[in-house]
Amino acid sequence: MSRKNEILISLITLIRKEIKRYLRIWVQTLVPPAVTMSLYFVIFGSLIGPRIGSMDGLDYIQFMIPGLIMMSVITNSYANVVSSFYSVKFQKSIEELLVSPMPNWAILVGFVMGGVTRGILIGCIVFCVSLFFYPAFSIVNPMLTILVLLLTSILFSLMGFINAIFADSFDDISIIPTFVLTPLIYLGGVFYSINILPDIWRNISMANPMLYVVNTFREGMLGVSDVSIPFALSMILLFIAILTAACLLLLNKGVGTRQ
Amino acid sequence: MSQFALEITDLKKTYDSDVVALKGINLTVQEGDFFALLGPNGAGKSSTIGIIASLVTKTDGKVKIFNIDTDENFPEAKRLLGVVSQEINFNNFEKVIDIVTTQAGFYGIPLKEAMKKTEITLKRLGLWEKRNDQARTLSGGFKRRLMIAKALIHEPKLLILDEPTAGVDIELRREMWDFLKEINENGTTIILTTHYLEEAEQLCKNIAIIDHGELIENTSMKDLLRRLDVQGFLLDIDQSLDNPPSIDNFQISLEDSNTLNVAIKKDQSINELFDQLSDQGINVSSMRNESNRLEEMFIEMVKKN
Repeated sequence: MSRKNEILISLITLIRKEIKRYLRIWVQTLVPPAVTMSLYFVIFGSLIGPRIGSMDGLDYIQFMIPGLIMMSVITNSYANVVSSFYSVKFQKSIEELLVSPMPNWAILVGFVMGGVTRGILIGCIVFCVSLFFYPAFSIVNPMLTILVLLLTSILFSLMGFINAIFADSFDDISIIPTFVLTPLIYLGGVFYSINILPDIWRNISMANPMLYVVNTFREGMLGVSDVSIPFALSMILLFIAILTAACLLLLNKGVGTRQ
Repeated sequence: MSQFALEITDLKKTYDSDVVALKGINLTVQEGDFFALLGPNGAGKSSTIGIIASLVTKTDGKVKIFNIDTDENFPEAKRLLGVVSQEINFNNFEKVIDIVTTQAGFYGIPLKEAMKKTEITLKRLGLWEKRNDQARTLSGGFKRRLMIAKALIHEPKLLILDEPTAGVDIELRREMWDFLKEINENGTTIILTTHYLEEAEQLCKNIAIIDHGELIENTSMKDLLRRLDVQGFLLDIDQSLDNPPSIDNFQISLEDSNTLNVAIKKDQSINELFDQLSDQGINVSSMRNESNRLEEMFIEMVKKN
């Protein structure tokens, strides 16, 4: 068997293992985002939304849908990779991979694909849930929507991977999602347009990377955005390239994986 | 033509904590050998195995597996190597069959073929009936077997076992010995680390002892045992004694009132001992080694070092 085929089989095996892992615990991985987002739609969309009025010329619930989908995709892609990779380190089952002839890039791709598939699956689930609350929703630019969905889940899966590499305890895998990701997401334009903010807060918000991800996705779904789409896409791609290089460097050096 | 299954040259390892685990080990293991790598805790055995298996990064030196330099073509070398780690290293929440099939996949074995190989391997190790059980429900002994099944799934030519029978009951240990002997006879080179020196004595043809990161012995098992000067024997006797009998040239003590503990030098005749005991009216009903002979030698060597 050629080396290429061997790597492909090992990669498919790892991806299959990762997908089976989160599907096996679907009550913990797939159901909670659907329940939480339903509550957001009920409270902020149906109850409070009509009192808020329109946002960027759209119904508030309609404006909120892309943001909530993105929030779910980001947290789930990140959480999947950070918990899965840290678990294999913690249980020492990472040795199964390290002793095998699998190259490091295939190990990285395998785990990232686990995060990407979960992120996209959750995105689809939340979108389906949103249709119960806003059945008239139609996607303006499906290609851009899918592209951003894919790139975002890759980006945050890579971030989760780096977090897991450096994590030495279960505390370490919850610190960044709780104290960094969640505040940035909430302040990144999920629930509001930065145009309603005073100048100083609008300028500060521009430094929040989540703003670009959420707004690019909103541009794909609704055709409205607070940021330049080419710039946002370029930044996402640049960060994916930087994080991929960092992950491979860390794996090749054995940081957090080999003694 | 016979070749080396493993060649280690000047292998060094210093951990980030500045602990020097290996100070430049040189070691060769012949193809087909059953080789024991012994040493006290912290001697450097697991570091050596970790480096061979790519779980530990080396500081310096060379490792060749069947003449393949791991620095030049580690994937190819890994294909020839199976490793049974000291600690359980599978996901306890997965099914037995999934753990082994997945491991095969990591070695590039297609799923259909992996399923067939898994069935053969699990049957061979008496795990087939438990194939659909979650690994966490297995007993300690079955978990050990599962570790071996994982390591053998890609049919490695060199199998390294790091204390495979630690915490395993005697019956299962014997079963594992038989299994390991069988795969060694079928051509797999085996390197074993163990704290049960009886295990090494029973199974291994050649032996190396590591202590403080240095190789202090590397020879055949026969040669090592030949060097033993004094052996202790326990003799069960028919009558009860209050004091040990006094016999010329032999050191005798009482283990209990019905058991004598005798130290016999290599150049002494055991028949002479029996004759003298018989003269004193002491009848020996059975005899056994006081302790493992290799264990005595091992402790002596490590103490000297």
